[in-house]
Amino acid sequence: MGVVSLVAKRLGLGLVTLLVVSIIIFGAVELLPGDLAQQILGQAATPETVKALREDLGLDRPAVVRYFDWLGGAVRGDFGFSLANKRSVAEQLGPRFANTLFLAAVAAAFSIPISILLGVLAALWRESVFDRIANVSTLTSISSPEFFLGYILILFFAVLNPWFPSISSVTADMPFTERVFVTLLPALTLTLVVIAHMMRMTRAAIIALLASPYIEMARLKGEPRWKVIAVHALPNALAPIINVVALNLAYLITGVVLVEIVFVYPGVGQLLVDSVTKRDFPVVQACCLVFAATYILLNLVADVGVILSNPRLRHPK
Amino acid sequence: MIETTRRQFLQTSAAGAVVLATPFGPVRAAMKGGVMRMGKAHGQTVDSLDPGTHENGFTIAMTHGYNGYMTEVGADGSLVGQLAESWEPSADVATWTFRLRQGVVYHNGREVTAQDVVASINHHRGEDSTSAAKPIVEPIADIKADGKHTVVFTLGAGNADFPFILSDYHLPILPSEDGTADWQSGIGAGAYKIKSFDPGVRIDLVKHGDYWDSERGNFDEIQMITIVDPTARTNAIITGQVDAIDRVDLKTVHLLKRRAGLNVHSIAGTQHYTFPMRTNVAPFDDNNVRMAIKHAINREEMVEKILQGFGVVGNDHPIGPGQRFFAKDLEQRVYDPDKAKHYLKQAGLDSLTVDLSVADAAFAGAVDAGALFAESAKAAGITLNLIREPNDGYWSNVWNTKPFCACYWGGRPVEDQMFSTAYAAGQPWNDTAWEHERFNMLLETARAEVDEAKRLEMYVEMQQIVRDEGGVIVPMFASYVFATSDKVATPEQMGSNWDLDGERWMERWSFA
Repeated sequence: MGVVSLVAKRLGLGLVTLLVVSIIIFGAVELLPGDLAQQILGQAATPETVKALREDLGLDRPAVVRYFDWLGGAVRGDFGFSLANKRSVAEQLGPRFANTLFLAAVAAAFSIPISILLGVLAALWRESVFDRIANVSTLTSISSPEFFLGYILILFFAVLNPWFPSISSVTADMPFTERVFVTLLPALTLTLVVIAHMMRMTRAAIIALLASPYIEMARLKGEPRWKVIAVHALPNALAPIINVVALNLAYLITGVVLVEIVFVYPGVGQLLVDSVTKRDFPVVQACCLVFAATYILLNLVADVGVILSNPRLRHPK
Repeated sequence: MIETTRRQFLQTSAAGAVVLATPFGPVRAAMKGGVMRMGKAHGQTVDSLDPGTHENGFTIAMTHGYNGYMTEVGADGSLVGQLAESWEPSADVATWTFRLRQGVVYHNGREVTAQDVVASINHHRGEDSTSAAKPIVEPIADIKADGKHTVVFTLGAGNADFPFILSDYHLPILPSEDGTADWQSGIGAGAYKIKSFDPGVRIDLVKHGDYWDSERGNFDEIQMITIVDPTARTNAIITGQVDAIDRVDLKTVHLLKRRAGLNVHSIAGTQHYTFPMRTNVAPFDDNNVRMAIKHAINREEMVEKILQGFGVVGNDHPIGPGQRFFAKDLEQRVYDPDKAKHYLKQAGLDSLTVDLSVADAAFAGAVDAGALFAESAKAAGITLNLIREPNDGYWSNVWNTKPFCACYWGGRPVEDQMFSTAYAAGQPWNDTAWEHERFNMLLETARAEVDEAKRLEMYVEMQQIVRDEGGVIVPMFASYVFATSDKVATPEQMGSNWDLDGERWMERWSFA
């Protein structure tokens, strides 16, 4: 089987997964307790206003009909209209998702190089003071809740030393550099959260290879230690590293609600939370679907990356 | 506190605000210009421009910013005309004629007309209305435009306070086309125009150059940002990223007050926290049981521990000490376990065990308040089982449904509005399911009465009836606590009907 057909197969499986996920998403949202019309009207709900709003929103139609309507639209990129404020879901989700991607990109730009570098160095100087410090500090940061890390960064870099803004209220018309600047603290928080996982995986993957005969060979022919690791060990350790990077990238996109709240960053997380509280099905479903697609896509990219990094998979007999 | 008159009360509460704040000296002409940045505790992605859906601090401030209203509750609690220049009732106060101010224009330059008023109010009326203000406009039987600048409201029954109803934040006057109000475009007749609105994130407004009242709307631009997290909100004002915030975290307010360059304001108003008991469910259908429970709560302790002193004790009725017809001579109910036991005995009980549903969605600190309540009730032989409900869905699944729960009311500037909304028989928001013949009779009579002395007498009696026979426990009136940087000039007297100067800060404040 060639690479193309392998990728095609993965892609097909990804689509099937997405379809199953879409059914689960729709079903789960249907099962949420409470009633949307009631939620929209809040304390102001009376039986008559609730009834009028339900009819207005089409909530009196059966769930199956609404599922196929929704799926058909979603395929065309049309997620319908928010039940709560009648705005197009795509129009609401678009800029928010772009913000989330931007934050994830800034965080990834820091965390991926740093953690791989730290991992390689920790493997190089295994059991040294550097290795210990790198391990202890990254494990400490991953063990602290994100909002706590965020508050600590705010305390030191916004309140005590007013270098960075404490809230990251990015707007659409902000210049790129200013945008990066206001996004820096939340990105740093996320970096601290994800770095340990990637760094330790890099370190472990490389160390596992150090006992292999070809590493022994490289050493015997007198290669310097950094070269043994960077040229001989690292390429063979890429598969697990790619997987863990993909997993963390997905986390940076889908798991940042707390960081968004602490830094008042207008991303998808807050949109999702708001929509769940208000029973705004179309938005909740669209958010979940986009998140699911992100996960599946990133895993797909990781799979392909793993295939490409492995000559045996690249050139099957 | 109970003995003070309304005037004294206003003076002391204003003085309180000044003591906390740095005094700005004598009143001077407001400075024009500047970009005002406000950090708001509210604001959700589902917020819309439809005035029928407005319900939180963000949307209320927003609609007051870009829309014009017929009337407005002034900072001192009296009613002032906005788009309406004058109004007069018929002898039976059932027909009201409003004359519009001439030459007032919307942001697009069109003049505000009587037809717009009709369409805007009708937006909330009728069978198909989904507006939260439907019950508010219910008393209006008919509304007609008489020429371009006169509107005549015909009510189902007399109501001496009707002009107050038109100040409700749900009822802005919107441009209309063929009798349909246009809220979608975001064009209003307020002091500011919407530049951009990102629900749940922020709104940016710019000055409306042709605003009719040149004394108000002093900022060039306003940025109102949703900052739900209290710590983030506090950080934002400390680091100077916003000029003011609402809902200061009471747990850390003593630290915030110590910061140089910030003023913390506390305004006592109509906002009150309640524990409604549904009087159609046993054991709350017995007034002796209700009286026993009312004597088993320690109001002073709640004000001290839940409000950190930022509030006053309630007297088991919803009228605040600053209001026109507040019953100032009504004896303050106090914590008295012996009396509670006495009432239990009257009900034929030795002890009582009831469930109390709480969640912090009801009000900040409701869960703690429930725990305090349960503790103080023990001494009276009453066991309160605290049931911690989820915040999510609280208003649909718990409030107005469970027999005994926690709740809050923003309050209403007019006694009639407060009683008609939550205490009149058959009203959907009557959360105690309470029906009292004499009370309902008084409510209707007082509404149509024009003699102020007689009205006072009737409203005092109503407060007493609610206190002694109603299903509600009102342990405390919570002050609005907000902070401004000292760049912001706030008026000496601020409105108490909503947070942040009656949520009229956009128009009333300026830079110092």
